[in-house]
Amino acid sequence: MAPVDLSTDLGGVVLPNPVMTASGCAANGRELHRFVDVASLGAFVTKTVMSQPRSGRPTPRMAETPSGMLNSIGLQGPGIRAFCEEDLPWLREHGARVLVSIAGGTAGEFADVAAHLAASPAYDCVAGVEVNISCPNVANRGQVFACNPEASAKVLTLVRERLPSGTPLFAKLSPDVTDIVEIAASVLGSGATGLTMINTLLGVVIDTERLRPQLAAVTGGLSGPAVRAVAVRAVWQVHAAMRAGTLPEAPIIGVGGVRTGADALELVAAGACAVQVGTATFHDPTAPRLALDGLAGLVAAHGFDRFADVVGIAHERT
Amino acid sequence: MSDVAQECAELVASRRVGAYHHLTFVAPGIAKLARPGQFVAVAVGGEEPATLLRRCFSLHKVSPAGAHRGTVDLVVSAVGAGTRWLTALRTHDRTDVVGPLGRPFPLPKEPVATVLVGGGYGSAPLFWLADTLRSRGCRVDMVLGAATEERLFGAVEARRSADSVVVTTDDGSVGHRGWVSDVLPAVITHSRAAVVYACGPMGMLRSVTEVAAEHGAVAQVAVEESMACGVGVCMTCVMPVRGNDGATRMVRSCVEGPVFRGDRVRWDAFADGRCLVPEDAVGAAAMRAH
Ligand SMILES: Cc1cc2nc3c(=O)[nH]c(=O)nc-3n(C[C@H](O)[C@H](O)[C@H](O)COP(=O)(O)OP(=O)(O)OC[C@H]3O[C@@H](n4cnc5c(N)ncnc54)[C@H](O)[C@@H]3O)c2cc1C
Ligand SMILES: Cc1cc2nc3c(=O)[nH]c(=O)nc-3n(C[C@H](O)[C@H](O)[C@H](O)COP(=O)(O)O)c2cc1C
Ligand code: FES
Repeated sequence: MAPVDLSTDLGGVVLPNPVMTASGCAANGRELHRFVDVASLGAFVTKTVMSQPRSGRPTPRMAETPSGMLNSIGLQGPGIRAFCEEDLPWLREHGARVLVSIAGGTAGEFADVAAHLAASPAYDCVAGVEVNISCPNVANRGQVFACNPEASAKVLTLVRERLPSGTPLFAKLSPDVTDIVEIAASVLGSGATGLTMINTLLGVVIDTERLRPQLAAVTGGLSGPAVRAVAVRAVWQVHAAMRAGTLPEAPIIGVGGVRTGADALELVAAGACAVQVGTATFHDPTAPRLALDGLAGLVAAHGFDRFADVVGIAHERT
Repeated sequence: MSDVAQECAELVASRRVGAYHHLTFVAPGIAKLARPGQFVAVAVGGEEPATLLRRCFSLHKVSPAGAHRGTVDLVVSAVGAGTRWLTALRTHDRTDVVGPLGRPFPLPKEPVATVLVGGGYGSAPLFWLADTLRSRGCRVDMVLGAATEERLFGAVEARRSADSVVVTTDDGSVGHRGWVSDVLPAVITHSRAAVVYACGPMGMLRSVTEVAAEHGAVAQVAVEESMACGVGVCMTCVMPVRGNDGATRMVRSCVEGPVFRGDRVRWDAFADGRCLVPEDAVGAAAMRAH
């Protein structure tokens, strides 16, 4: 039996396989590389970077929940300059294809971060840019960009202008919206090549001994297997709209609760052409590798010789 | 970054010691690499765990050439779902263990006098440290404290590993009634210690740091912060620590710690089970903007 062709097309850039890390769940490569060769992944997704260094939020920043966790890291990071000087060159040297996650407090900050990135001498390892619009919009009293179609569209338009035209641009959507298809339409109409779904869901855990919120920041993002069905639903709805012709065809990267190859296959069959592994990496630092091996095995076991043939297949079997 | 191993480790011994469980796992890769002060991240909950996050434990001791080609020992206090699962394991059960993690206790270049201070199960890594220090010619005095006699770990072992041992308990059930910080000044003065090593609750580490400073000794403290991954990828375990340049940064205690110089830790930021970001910390200004 010939090995399965695992390659996947991210809207112009072809990756050797569809499994990636998830932003904020693998730092910027050095730590994970002790467990998984960063070059063996379809792509390495970096921690969301903003223009300035950020300390992040007070601690406790995490609370375990059934099959998941809440986090309130607050986008701690070195800022785009240090990222381009230290992190991106390291990833390039180690042969990674990099999906760089960026954010801003204003649409203009998103654009500045994109411009700085595009000017980096290591830019040739960038397989795409992921725009994390699940962060607070200073101009709109802190409402997250991803909850508002106009604000999301503005960010994508400005970022698109600052990147070389061949760079795939992914908008990372929040599931905490009334109609995710509406947000998807808005970003795909404003320069996004594709979509990443989903970011975390907002949650609160109460410490029942102290009778107060467990996180110092009160609210946090819920992730892990607990949210997988929500991620599969989001991918399903958006892919269904593409099949129905109400949304333009575009690549979807699925993320949310993937631990095993079977978990990844759920997102793929719902319409994702690539899959990110996030919180499961905290359970097992080799999780991205295990999910890739598991997915490859399952695609073959189902009798397919091309991974691409499985993408969205569940829509044909309802 | 330093070498690390991941092993599906078999439990070969589990015994109760006071309020704790002393577990021995076969993990030759970890045993070979580890140094005193490092820790391991243990998977709990079995095949399809509802408890997804790793639990971290100090290495109590390692036997690289032991009966099973290499074992590691942990001292576990059963306080929640994960530690209860771990302490309920039977011999020959297995679980996944990653380590050694973090930076070990730095060892003095000269054979100076040292004091080792442990609070509760925090004493677990200190006996191995004591043996290492003594093999380098250092004098080792120990101070062990706990809430009650049950929660005191290793008072007997200490007599073998140290030149002297002082015990305190909050309730006076054994040793001096009170805290380790009550007896520490006299121990440091008597031994003329240059370094004080400590592992235990945050409040204890803070007062050990203060007492050490008053006596001209350097404090090296092993902290315990909530950790989701233990390997440096999640940013949950941060705390404010001053660097060589004097600037305070929110650093990951799992990779830059768990051992820090006590006088570098911003103890002023810790209060009531939380740790704030000091206003002068690198990147704090950007948090105020949005
Ligand atoms: C570097 C390090 C060394 C440690 N060494 C030891 C040791 O030698 N012996 C020992 O008994 N315990 C030790 N601990 C504490 C131990 O990790 C926690 O008691 C344990 O994680 C609690 O898990 P649980 O499921 O029983 O509790 P739960 O409260 O149900 O845990 C829920 C979540 O909170 C985290 N958590 C809860 N309490 C702590 C804590 N005190 N520290 C860190 N994370 C916590 C858990 O990892 C888990 O993700 C150490 C912790 C660290 C960070
Ligand atoms: C600790 C932690 C930090 C995260 N940081 C980011 C981030 O910086 N940017 C981002 O777009 N998503 C971030 N996420 C969200 C993940 O990338 C992912 O979308 C989400 O956790 C769902 O996937 P999972 O269940 O596989 O973790 C973070 C998640 C966690 C748990
Ligand atoms: S515990 Fe994850 S970075 Fe320290």
